[in-house]
Amino acid sequence: MGLARELVPAELPSQRVALVDLLDRVLAGGVVVTGEITLSVADVDLVTISLRALIASVSALAGPAQEEETR
Amino acid sequence: MSDDHGVWAYAITAGNDGADLSVLTGVAGATVRAARAAGLIVLVSDVDLAEFGEAALRRNLEDLDWLEGVARAHHAVIEDASRLFPLLPTRLATVYSSDESMAAVLGARREELLAALERVGGRVEWGVKAYAVPEAEPEAPVAAESPASAASAGAARGAGLAYLKRRRAQLSARTESWRAALAAARAVHAHLSAHAVLSRLHAPQSPQLSGDQRPMMLNAAYLLDANQGTGFAAQVSAAADAHPELEVDLTGPWPPYSFTGDDGQAADAGEDPAGTAQDA
Repeated sequence: MGLARELVPAELPSQRVALVDLLDRVLAGGVVVTGEITLSVADVDLVTISLRALIASVSALAGPAQEEETR
Repeated sequence: MSDDHGVWAYAITAGNDGADLSVLTGVAGATVRAARAAGLIVLVSDVDLAEFGEAALRRNLEDLDWLEGVARAHHAVIEDASRLFPLLPTRLATVYSSDESMAAVLGARREELLAALERVGGRVEWGVKAYAVPEAEPEAPVAAESPASAASAGAARGAGLAYLKRRRAQLSARTESWRAALAAARAVHAHLSAHAVLSRLHAPQSPQLSGDQRPMMLNAAYLLDANQGTGFAAQVSAAADAHPELEVDLTGPWPPYSFTGDDGQAADAGEDPAGTAQDA
Protein backbone atom coordinates (compact mmCIF):
# COMPACT_ATOMS: atom_id res chain seq x y z
CA MET A 1 0.00 0.00 0.00
CA GLY A 2 0.88 3.61 -0.16
CA LEU A 3 4.56 4.25 -0.05
CA ALA A 4 5.93 1.24 -1.83
CA ARG A 5 3.78 1.79 -4.87
CA GLU A 6 5.28 5.19 -5.53
CA LEU A 7 8.87 4.16 -5.09
CA VAL A 8 11.24 4.43 -7.96
CA PRO A 9 13.91 1.86 -7.25
CA ALA A 10 17.65 2.18 -7.68
CA GLU A 11 19.72 5.11 -8.76
CA LEU A 12 17.93 7.39 -6.40
CA PRO A 13 20.33 10.18 -5.63
CA SER A 14 22.13 9.72 -2.38
CA GLN A 15 19.25 11.14 -0.42
CA ARG A 16 19.32 11.42 3.33
CA VAL A 17 18.44 8.09 4.82
CA ALA A 18 16.44 7.89 8.01
CA LEU A 19 18.72 7.64 11.01
CA VAL A 20 16.79 4.73 12.46
CA ASP A 21 17.23 2.68 9.26
CA LEU A 22 20.90 3.55 9.18
CA LEU A 23 21.44 2.53 12.80
CA ASP A 24 19.81 -0.84 12.11
CA ARG A 25 22.57 -1.42 9.61
CA VAL A 26 25.69 0.15 11.04
CA LEU A 27 25.08 -1.12 14.57
CA ALA A 28 23.59 -4.55 13.85
CA GLY A 29 25.12 -5.17 10.43
CA GLY A 30 28.60 -4.89 9.04
CA VAL A 31 31.37 -7.35 9.52
CA VAL A 32 32.84 -7.49 13.00
CA VAL A 33 36.58 -7.97 12.82
CA THR A 34 37.35 -7.05 16.33
CA GLY A 35 39.92 -4.38 16.89
CA GLU A 36 41.80 -4.10 20.14
CA ILE A 37 40.24 -0.86 21.16
CA THR A 38 36.66 -1.65 20.33
CA LEU A 39 36.79 -5.16 21.69
CA SER A 40 33.54 -4.62 23.51
CA VAL A 41 32.17 -1.63 21.66
CA ALA A 42 31.49 -3.78 18.63
CA ASP A 43 29.75 -6.18 20.96
CA VAL A 44 26.02 -6.41 20.65
CA ASP A 45 25.68 -5.98 24.39
CA LEU A 46 27.17 -2.55 24.46
CA VAL A 47 25.24 -1.54 21.38
CA THR A 48 22.07 -2.56 23.16
CA ILE A 49 23.05 -0.51 26.15
CA SER A 50 23.85 2.42 23.93
CA LEU A 51 20.51 2.19 22.21
CA ARG A 52 18.76 2.18 25.53
CA ALA A 53 20.51 5.40 26.40
CA LEU A 54 19.75 6.66 22.94
CA ILE A 55 16.08 6.12 23.32
CA ALA A 56 16.18 7.96 26.59
CA SER A 57 17.88 10.90 24.92
CA VAL A 58 15.47 10.83 22.02
CA SER A 59 12.55 10.90 24.41
CA ALA A 60 14.04 13.97 25.94
CA LEU A 61 13.85 15.79 22.63
CA ALA A 62 10.71 17.70 21.88
CA GLY A 63 10.15 16.36 18.40
CA PRO A 64 11.50 12.84 18.07
CA ALA A 65 12.79 11.56 14.74
CA GLN A 66 11.76 14.60 12.71
CA GLU A 67 14.85 16.25 14.12
CA GLU A 68 17.10 14.25 11.89
CA GLU A 69 15.78 15.77 8.70
CA THR A 70 16.65 19.29 9.64
CA ARG A 71 20.41 19.18 9.74
CA MET B 1 50.67 5.00 14.12
CA SER B 2 51.40 7.22 17.04
CA ASP B 3 50.06 6.50 20.48
CA ASP B 4 47.32 9.05 20.30
CA HIS B 5 45.87 7.96 16.98
CA GLY B 6 43.98 4.88 15.89
CA VAL B 7 42.70 3.47 12.61
CA TRP B 8 38.97 3.56 11.91
CA ALA B 9 37.80 0.91 9.42
CA TYR B 10 34.92 1.48 6.99
CA ALA B 11 34.99 -1.46 4.67
CA ILE B 12 37.01 -4.38 3.44
CA THR B 13 37.56 -5.12 -0.22
CA ALA B 14 39.61 -7.47 -2.33
CA GLY B 15 40.81 -4.59 -4.51
CA ASN B 16 39.92 -0.97 -5.04
CA ASP B 17 40.79 -0.97 -8.75
CA GLY B 18 43.06 1.97 -8.24
CA ALA B 19 40.15 4.21 -7.28
CA ASP B 20 41.24 7.47 -5.69
CA LEU B 21 39.92 7.23 -2.16
CA SER B 22 41.34 10.53 -1.01
CA VAL B 23 38.24 12.26 -2.38
CA LEU B 24 36.24 10.52 0.36
CA THR B 25 35.82 12.22 3.69
CA GLY B 26 35.35 10.00 6.71
CA VAL B 27 34.49 10.41 10.36
CA ALA B 28 35.62 13.65 11.96
CA GLY B 29 36.45 15.00 8.51
CA ALA B 30 39.42 12.66 8.08
CA THR B 31 40.76 11.65 4.67
CA VAL B 32 40.10 8.05 3.68
CA ARG B 33 43.00 5.86 2.56
CA ALA B 34 43.44 2.28 1.41
CA ALA B 35 45.43 0.15 3.82
CA ARG B 36 46.79 -3.24 2.76
CA ALA B 37 46.07 -5.92 5.29
CA ALA B 38 46.63 -9.65 4.83
CA GLY B 39 46.15 -9.45 1.08
CA LEU B 40 42.95 -7.47 1.49
CA ILE B 41 42.41 -3.75 1.24
CA VAL B 42 40.72 -1.90 4.05
CA LEU B 43 39.27 1.58 3.71
CA VAL B 44 40.40 3.43 6.80
CA SER B 45 41.06 6.84 8.20
CA ASP B 46 43.19 7.91 11.12
CA VAL B 47 41.26 9.02 14.18
CA ASP B 48 42.18 10.77 17.37
CA LEU B 49 41.91 8.40 20.30
CA ALA B 50 40.83 11.26 22.51
CA GLU B 51 37.53 11.03 20.61
CA PHE B 52 37.59 7.49 19.25
CA GLY B 53 39.48 5.51 21.87
CA GLU B 54 37.65 2.90 23.90
CA ALA B 55 36.69 5.07 26.84
CA ALA B 56 35.75 7.98 24.59
CA LEU B 57 33.70 5.72 22.34
CA ARG B 58 31.74 4.34 25.25
CA ARG B 59 30.87 7.85 26.25
CA ASN B 60 30.28 9.23 22.76
CA LEU B 61 28.08 6.36 21.60
CA GLU B 62 25.59 7.48 24.22
CA ASP B 63 25.36 10.88 22.58
CA LEU B 64 22.74 10.78 19.83
CA ASP B 65 24.08 13.77 17.92
CA TRP B 66 27.61 12.41 17.97
CA LEU B 67 26.39 8.97 16.95
CA GLU B 68 24.36 10.39 14.08
CA GLY B 69 27.28 12.40 12.73
CA VAL B 70 29.62 9.43 12.89
CA ALA B 71 27.06 6.98 11.49
CA ARG B 72 26.35 9.26 8.53
CA ALA B 73 30.05 9.84 7.84
CA HIS B 74 30.73 6.09 8.08
CA HIS B 75 27.83 5.38 5.74
CA ALA B 76 28.82 8.07 3.23
CA VAL B 77 32.24 6.48 2.73
CA ILE B 78 30.79 3.00 2.41
CA GLU B 79 28.05 4.10 0.03
CA ASP B 80 30.35 6.06 -2.27
CA ALA B 81 32.97 3.33 -2.33
CA SER B 82 30.39 0.60 -2.89
CA ARG B 83 29.56 2.21 -6.23
CA LEU B 84 33.15 1.65 -7.32
CA PHE B 85 33.95 -1.89 -6.16
CA PRO B 86 32.46 -4.74 -4.11
CA LEU B 87 33.04 -4.32 -0.40
CA LEU B 88 32.11 -5.58 3.03
CA PRO B 89 31.07 -2.76 5.34
CA THR B 90 32.58 -3.02 8.80
CA ARG B 91 30.46 -2.45 11.84
CA LEU B 92 30.41 1.05 13.24
CA ALA B 93 33.21 1.82 15.70
CA THR B 94 35.80 -0.71 14.61
CA VAL B 95 39.07 0.91 15.62
CA TYR B 96 42.57 -0.56 15.50
CA SER B 97 45.70 0.77 17.11
CA SER B 98 47.66 0.55 13.83
CA ASP B 99 47.59 -0.83 10.29
CA GLU B 100 49.83 -3.65 11.50
CA SER B 101 47.52 -4.79 14.24
CA MET B 102 44.60 -4.56 11.83
CA ALA B 103 46.41 -6.80 9.38
CA ALA B 104 47.03 -9.35 12.11
CA VAL B 105 43.33 -9.47 13.07
CA LEU B 106 42.14 -9.66 9.46
CA GLY B 107 44.72 -12.22 8.44
CA ALA B 108 43.20 -14.78 10.78
CA ARG B 109 39.86 -14.45 9.00
CA ARG B 110 40.99 -13.89 5.45
CA GLU B 111 39.26 -16.86 3.83
CA GLU B 112 35.97 -16.12 5.52
CA LEU B 113 36.13 -12.48 4.46
CA LEU B 114 36.91 -13.38 0.88
CA ALA B 115 33.95 -15.75 0.81
CA ALA B 116 31.70 -12.99 2.15
CA LEU B 117 33.02 -10.59 -0.49
CA GLU B 118 32.25 -13.14 -3.15
CA ARG B 119 28.71 -13.45 -1.82
CA VAL B 120 27.90 -9.74 -1.85
CA GLY B 121 29.80 -8.77 -5.00
CA GLY B 122 27.51 -7.12 -7.56
CA ARG B 123 24.65 -7.17 -5.10
CA VAL B 124 22.81 -4.63 -3.01
CA GLU B 125 20.55 -4.69 -0.02
CA TRP B 126 16.94 -3.51 0.07
CA GLY B 127 15.05 -2.83 3.26
CA VAL B 128 11.36 -3.61 3.71
CA LYS B 129 9.37 -2.50 6.72
CA ALA B 130 5.74 -3.37 7.23
CA TYR B 131 3.40 -1.83 9.77
CA ALA B 132 -0.01 -2.89 10.94
CA VAL B 133 -2.54 -0.45 9.59
CA PRO B 134 -3.94 1.41 12.59
CA GLU B 135 -7.44 -0.01 12.93
CA ALA B 136 -10.30 2.41 12.67
CA GLU B 137 -11.51 2.52 16.26
CA PRO B 138 -15.24 1.79 16.09
CA GLU B 139 -15.78 4.44 18.70
CA ALA B 140 -19.31 4.84 19.96
CA PRO B 141 -20.63 8.40 20.05
CA VAL B 142 -18.88 10.29 22.80
CA ALA B 143 -22.16 11.34 24.35
CA ALA B 144 -23.00 7.77 25.24
CA GLU B 145 -20.20 7.56 27.75
CA SER B 146 -20.32 11.07 29.02
CA PRO B 147 -21.14 11.10 32.73
CA ALA B 148 -23.30 14.16 32.15
CA SER B 149 -25.71 12.06 30.16
CA ALA B 150 -26.23 9.63 33.01
CA ALA B 151 -29.29 10.76 34.91
CA SER B 152 -28.84 8.37 37.82
CA ALA B 153 -26.25 6.18 39.47
CA GLY B 154 -27.89 3.17 37.92
CA ALA B 155 -27.65 4.64 34.45
CA ALA B 156 -24.03 5.58 35.13
CA ARG B 157 -23.27 2.01 36.12
CA GLY B 158 -25.01 0.77 33.00
CA ALA B 159 -22.93 3.13 30.92
CA GLY B 160 -19.80 1.97 32.72
CA LEU B 161 -20.54 -1.66 31.96
CA ALA B 162 -21.32 -0.82 28.38
CA TYR B 163 -18.03 1.03 28.16
CA LEU B 164 -16.08 -1.90 29.56
CA LYS B 165 -17.80 -4.25 27.19
CA ARG B 166 -17.06 -2.04 24.24
CA ARG B 167 -13.47 -1.61 25.38
CA ARG B 168 -13.03 -5.34 25.64
CA ALA B 169 -14.41 -5.75 22.15
CA GLN B 170 -12.00 -3.11 20.90
CA LEU B 171 -9.03 -4.82 22.49
CA SER B 172 -10.04 -8.15 21.10
CA ALA B 173 -10.49 -6.62 17.66
CA ARG B 174 -7.03 -5.09 17.97
CA THR B 175 -5.49 -8.42 18.96
CA GLU B 176 -7.22 -9.96 15.99
CA SER B 177 -6.03 -7.31 13.56
CA TRP B 178 -2.45 -7.56 14.87
CA ARG B 179 -2.58 -11.30 14.44
CA ALA B 180 -3.78 -10.84 10.86
CA ALA B 181 -1.08 -8.24 10.22
CA LEU B 182 1.61 -10.54 11.61
CA ALA B 183 0.42 -13.40 9.43
CA ALA B 184 0.47 -11.05 6.44
CA ALA B 185 4.00 -9.92 7.33
CA ARG B 186 5.13 -13.54 7.45
CA ALA B 187 3.62 -14.13 4.03
CA VAL B 188 5.24 -11.01 2.58
CA HIS B 189 8.61 -11.98 4.02
CA ALA B 190 8.37 -15.50 2.65
CA HIS B 191 7.38 -14.15 -0.75
CA LEU B 192 10.16 -11.58 -0.89
CA SER B 193 12.74 -14.03 0.46
CA ALA B 194 11.96 -16.30 -2.45
CA HIS B 195 12.93 -13.48 -4.82
CA ALA B 196 16.12 -12.58 -2.97
CA VAL B 197 19.55 -14.16 -2.83
CA LEU B 198 19.48 -13.90 0.96
CA SER B 199 17.27 -12.32 3.57
CA ARG B 200 17.72 -11.18 7.11
CA LEU B 201 15.38 -9.99 9.83
CA HIS B 202 16.23 -6.97 11.91
CA ALA B 203 14.61 -6.29 15.25
CA PRO B 204 11.51 -4.10 15.00
CA GLN B 205 12.45 -0.45 15.31
CA SER B 206 11.78 1.45 18.46
CA PRO B 207 8.87 3.89 18.05
CA GLN B 208 10.81 6.36 20.20
CA LEU B 209 13.71 6.31 17.78
CA SER B 210 11.72 6.18 14.55
CA GLY B 211 8.98 8.53 15.66
CA ASP B 212 6.52 6.14 14.06
CA GLN B 213 3.84 4.83 16.38
CA ARG B 214 2.43 2.19 14.05
CA PRO B 215 3.18 -1.35 15.25
CA MET B 216 6.07 -2.68 13.16
CA MET B 217 5.38 -6.20 11.93
CA LEU B 218 8.39 -6.67 9.67
CA ASN B 219 11.85 -5.12 9.48
CA ALA B 220 13.78 -7.12 6.93
CA ALA B 221 16.70 -6.81 4.56
CA TYR B 222 17.03 -8.61 1.24
CA LEU B 223 20.16 -9.15 -0.82
CA LEU B 224 19.59 -8.80 -4.56
CA ASP B 225 21.62 -8.60 -7.71
CA ALA B 226 22.20 -4.95 -8.46
CA ASN B 227 20.05 -5.06 -11.59
CA GLN B 228 17.08 -6.68 -9.82
CA GLY B 229 15.95 -3.54 -8.00
CA THR B 230 13.08 -2.67 -10.30
CA GLY B 231 11.68 -6.17 -10.26
CA PHE B 232 12.00 -6.38 -6.50
CA ALA B 233 10.23 -3.05 -5.99
CA ALA B 234 7.40 -4.39 -8.14
CA GLN B 235 7.24 -7.49 -5.94
CA VAL B 236 7.06 -5.30 -2.85
CA SER B 237 4.27 -3.23 -4.37
CA ALA B 238 2.35 -6.32 -5.35
CA ALA B 239 2.75 -7.81 -1.89
CA ALA B 240 1.59 -4.55 -0.33
CA ASP B 241 -1.46 -4.46 -2.59
CA ALA B 242 -2.28 -8.04 -1.70
CA HIS B 243 -2.19 -7.24 2.03
CA PRO B 244 -4.25 -4.16 2.82
CA GLU B 245 -3.79 -4.91 6.53
CA LEU B 246 -0.17 -3.77 6.16
CA GLU B 247 1.55 -0.54 5.23
CA VAL B 248 4.81 -1.34 3.50
CA ASP B 249 7.90 0.79 3.20
CA LEU B 250 10.84 0.09 0.87
CA THR B 251 14.33 1.55 1.44
CA GLY B 252 17.48 1.18 -0.59
CA PRO B 253 19.53 0.28 -2.34
CA TRP B 254 21.91 -0.09 0.57
CA PRO B 255 25.45 -1.40 0.62
CA PRO B 256 25.22 -5.00 1.87
CA TYR B 257 25.43 -4.18 5.59
CA SER B 258 23.13 -6.97 6.64
CA PHE B 259 24.88 -9.71 4.69
CA THR B 260 28.47 -9.61 5.82
CA GLY B 261 28.11 -13.08 7.26
CA ASP B 262 28.44 -12.45 10.98
CA ASP B 263 26.10 -13.69 13.65
CA GLY B 264 24.52 -16.25 11.35
CA GLN B 265 22.70 -13.23 10.01
CA ALA B 266 22.35 -14.51 6.48
CA ALA B 267 20.81 -17.78 7.50
CA ASP B 268 17.36 -16.87 8.69
CA ALA B 269 14.43 -18.55 7.05
CA GLY B 270 11.88 -16.05 8.19
CA GLU B 271 10.24 -17.88 11.02
CA ASP B 272 9.38 -14.77 12.97
CA PRO B 273 9.23 -11.56 10.96
CA ALA B 274 8.21 -9.38 13.85
CA GLY B 275 11.16 -10.54 15.89
CA THR B 276 9.00 -11.46 18.81
CA ALA B 277 11.06 -14.55 19.49
CA GLN B 278 13.93 -14.24 21.94
CA ASP B 279 16.52 -13.90 19.24
CA ALA B 280 17.17 -10.20 19.52
